Amino acid sequence: MQREQLEMAPDAAADWPDRIYALLKEHGIRQVALVPDAGHARLIRRCEADNDIRVVPLTTEEEGIAQLFGAWLGGQKGVLLMQSSGVGNCVNMLSVAIAHRTPLPMIVTMRGDFGEFNPFQVPMGNATQTVLEAMGTLVKRADRPEDVADTVNATLRLAFNTYRPTATLIGQRVIGAKTFGK
Amino acid sequence: MAEAIETGASGKLNRRAVVRALLKDRGGLLVIGGLGAPAWDITAAGDCPENLPLWGGMGGAAMMGLGLALAQPERKVLVITGDGEMLMGVGSLATIAVQRPRNLSVVVLDNEHYGETGMQETHTKHGVDLAGMARAAGIPDTRLIRQAAEVHALREAIHAGNGPLFAQIKVDEKTEPLVLPPREASILQARMREAILGPEAHLQ
Repeated sequence: MQREQLEMAPDAAADWPDRIYALLKEHGIRQVALVPDAGHARLIRRCEADNDIRVVPLTTEEEGIAQLFGAWLGGQKGVLLMQSSGVGNCVNMLSVAIAHRTPLPMIVTMRGDFGEFNPFQVPMGNATQTVLEAMGTLVKRADRPEDVADTVNATLRLAFNTYRPTATLIGQRVIGAKTFGK
Repeated sequence: MAEAIETGASGKLNRRAVVRALLKDRGGLLVIGGLGAPAWDITAAGDCPENLPLWGGMGGAAMMGLGLALAQPERKVLVITGDGEMLMGVGSLATIAVQRPRNLSVVVLDNEHYGETGMQETHTKHGVDLAGMARAAGIPDTRLIRQAAEVHALREAIHAGNGPLFAQIKVDEKTEPLVLPPREASILQARMREAILGPEAHLQ
């Protein structure tokens, strides 16, 4: 078992993390809250290298919901990066964004949905979209690398134009492209 | 001379009097009031657009303060919350310590009970030291406060902007009369944004 098979980082040649970064800049994102995921590693590095983006590592994902509400109160746009398991940690805190009508875009890398190795990832991965939608979040999925940027763009636009939590789920097939391929 | 701060039957400070003292001559101070009694306390001291009283999101108040403090580095941000609310989001002390926002203060009104649900005891009743946890997380200025003079000094420190600052204030457990803020949260959000950003807030 190779470490890459456990963590499933995207193919080094994949350009979708860079395209997400370009979208964050285009939309004027200033705060990036995150609990790391291997699928987001390259995007996180791009954000950390940007002096106009404040990267805030969290101890649990729900902190990010609260943080981005505070950011919006102060006039800054933010985005929350996490793995699908982290969505489960956010459930009640999403009420903050719903009740206040806070733009709250989330970019979620999926586990437990395509070729998963770890049994613990499956329950939350299988429930991620249902749970988000049950909590009033508009969810769009990207299951091909070429769809990721357009889907993330839609998620950012829906959040900031219509004042609500939104999420892009990046399928494990995209993240694990190197291992699980076409 | 600073005003006296009343104490309750226990001899501990009265929470309403503490909050009144902290918010006296507040200037541009932005205040987030944690779910439950702290939200009623900041409202009793005078509801205004620079107040964000929370009706939910238990465990999130300190992180909301962090997001706001990072977005508005020139403004002072004060989170006033309860011991139960802080315990639920205690990891955020570590997150805040790492970010080190100088303009953020987190104040816990510690009555050692869950006041909204029947006064069940919280962990602080049994010795859990929130100020110690904040210090261990790396927050540079942490205080455990029992005396009125310390509250007045805390008010000065909140306005000095040498944070992040964390204070745990032991308060009397008496339940105060409800003083409710607006409950429509989109108005609470919009009014604070407008107070900070002007009319442009609604065109962002």
